[in-house]
Amino acid sequence: MHGVSEADFLRGISPFLGGFYLFLGMVNGIFAYHLWHNLHRTRDAIIWIVVSMFLVVIAAAAMGGSPPGLPLSLRNFANWATGPVIYSVGTTALLVAAYLLRTWLVRPMVGWSLLMFSLVLLGFSIAEPNFAAIVTKPDNVPIVGLVFLLGFFTWIATAKAVENDRRDAEGLPPTEKLDDEKVLVWPDLVYTELICMIALTAFLVVWAIALQAPLEEPASSVKTPNPSKAPWYFLGLQEMLVYYDPWMAGVVLPSLVLVGLAAIPYLDFNKKGNGYYTINQRKFAYLVFQFGFLELWITLIILGTFFRGPNWNIFGPFEYWDPHKVLALNNVDLSQYFWIMFMGQSLPKAPPDATLIQQLGTILLREWLGIVLVLAYFIALPPLMATTIFRGFFAKMGFIRFMLMANLLLFMASLPIKMVLRWTVNLKYIISIPEFFLNF
Amino acid sequence: MSIGEMIRESQVWKSIFRHPMPQDRRNRIVVMLTNFFLHLHPVSIKKQGIALSYTWCMGGVTFFLFLVETVTGVLLMFYYRPTLEWAYNDILALRDVTSLGILREVHRWGAHAMVITVWLHMYRVFLTGSYKPPREFNWVIGVILLLLTLLLSFTGYLLPWDQLAIWAITVGSNMARATPILGHEGPGQQLLNIQGIDMITNASDARFALLGARFVGEETLNRFYILHCIAIPLGVALLLAIHFWRVRKDGGISGPL
Repeated sequence: MHGVSEADFLRGISPFLGGFYLFLGMVNGIFAYHLWHNLHRTRDAIIWIVVSMFLVVIAAAAMGGSPPGLPLSLRNFANWATGPVIYSVGTTALLVAAYLLRTWLVRPMVGWSLLMFSLVLLGFSIAEPNFAAIVTKPDNVPIVGLVFLLGFFTWIATAKAVENDRRDAEGLPPTEKLDDEKVLVWPDLVYTELICMIALTAFLVVWAIALQAPLEEPASSVKTPNPSKAPWYFLGLQEMLVYYDPWMAGVVLPSLVLVGLAAIPYLDFNKKGNGYYTINQRKFAYLVFQFGFLELWITLIILGTFFRGPNWNIFGPFEYWDPHKVLALNNVDLSQYFWIMFMGQSLPKAPPDATLIQQLGTILLREWLGIVLVLAYFIALPPLMATTIFRGFFAKMGFIRFMLMANLLLFMASLPIKMVLRWTVNLKYIISIPEFFLNF
Repeated sequence: MSIGEMIRESQVWKSIFRHPMPQDRRNRIVVMLTNFFLHLHPVSIKKQGIALSYTWCMGGVTFFLFLVETVTGVLLMFYYRPTLEWAYNDILALRDVTSLGILREVHRWGAHAMVITVWLHMYRVFLTGSYKPPREFNWVIGVILLLLTLLLSFTGYLLPWDQLAIWAITVGSNMARATPILGHEGPGQQLLNIQGIDMITNASDARFALLGARFVGEETLNRFYILHCIAIPLGVALLLAIHFWRVRKDGGISGPL
């Protein structure tokens, strides 16, 4: 961050961080009291009272103008870990680990510890100017909120699903079945709604007072900001532009996302898991959706918002957004791999006076390998899937429904496949026909 | 007779509310059936169906945010003029000068919140399998509402007419150039030509239809303003009505069978 000195920055952020830690300390104090007084768990209470005291101490430090930050080694590690490969593989691995360890993660103490840890980590990180600059940008604040909300609600849903799956294994109905009695909507529901509305109004007003909506310089069509970003909820799509031609990233894939979402109820033939939280009873649908939503949609938005800087280069959270950062990009099309590197000759080229047919023939010759691969992927793979791993699905779904599902899944899988190919062999396009804007 | 009773017994009160105060079981049922705003709800509901840990209240919160956006949006429309001359200055004045200019903050943060809550609502509906029969079609309507919410936010993003606005819209709409067949840089663009003359150019393609011009300019501001304030909200209102109606017709809020 430029223009603001280190001292001015710390003076600006310290009161906020002090209040933040003090609030966390108070919450943990109350939590410890609750553990001791209501639940009679003295040992746990002692742990959390220590945490609370620790938070009060760092609150005092922050208010005194020196909020604690992360050591340099950790910051360097975080910068290193936000490279595209480690970030994508790492977030996927984290989600897989969370899925496998879900019965442990949903224990209240573990959940609470994770929440507190991530909040304190956020506080420590914000004490660094580059991190603060990107996270406290007004339009980015909602995304920080989104991350915590998604964590919270995923935890709640998983906790309920784990409990229901445990009950199911014992032959008991889901917990949602227990409260089967009917209550009157007035007063039980309308008052809940009223309280929600009042609370939400208060929340919005406080948010509006505390944080000014962004307003930059007047619009100018000659001054292009670097980076130019779409609104945050479309940054997953903008991220796909790195790996796909615009017609795929901007038009075809977003349309398929919508079609795929709308098709879910017609593709999911599993009768179980209707109206209650469960994972074990609908594992396939659950995993596909979570991969699409949490990994391909949300983490790409986080990547695009927080880690994409000038020239659409990736910057670590504690790295200065240097517009002169240069990264060597040498992306190669599959046809170049085949003709130049494998066959040792130049790309087939039509003579200058070639007819349209000759031109098309040359293009087909040049791109034959990519075309065969893509056709095999979308046409040969579905029947192969139907006769092997998805045999049961095919039998239950019938031809049309299965083909729709298989193609949607293949389109979804094509994104991570293209990402991996880009990182490993610098592959740009599998089919590259710039003459017709047809790159894939 | 207390003042409260006097008011509730008056002719004016009784003419407005078609039932006495719902303090006993009978009137608590009647009120749900005879009040215009309440008749969206059923009379009684399964206890688990209103547990916050089950519903997260996210559909309701999204609807409430839509109402907040409508009210604050109408108030902002009294002030804001969607022209190159005034758009930016009006927003600047809302920030620095105008009383209640904070309505713009409420409107903008409410919009961000609505995008998030609509995702969380979808997330909850998926995780509880509530899209399964007989609620398949309502899920489809929900997907369309999700798209419209994003478009509402996207069209509103342009209106402050600052650098953030036009470049976000420029980046977001540039992709329409590459629409297959209908974009002037899209595959198959050459297919639509008559006697060697391209029908799809940068002045007639999908992006042009979206922006009303070849670049983000005054025509775009006007187009997005009308989409943002009138066209899309009308569509959302209609679909919301169907969405809520189908919730009731498909058996109310979901729960284990």
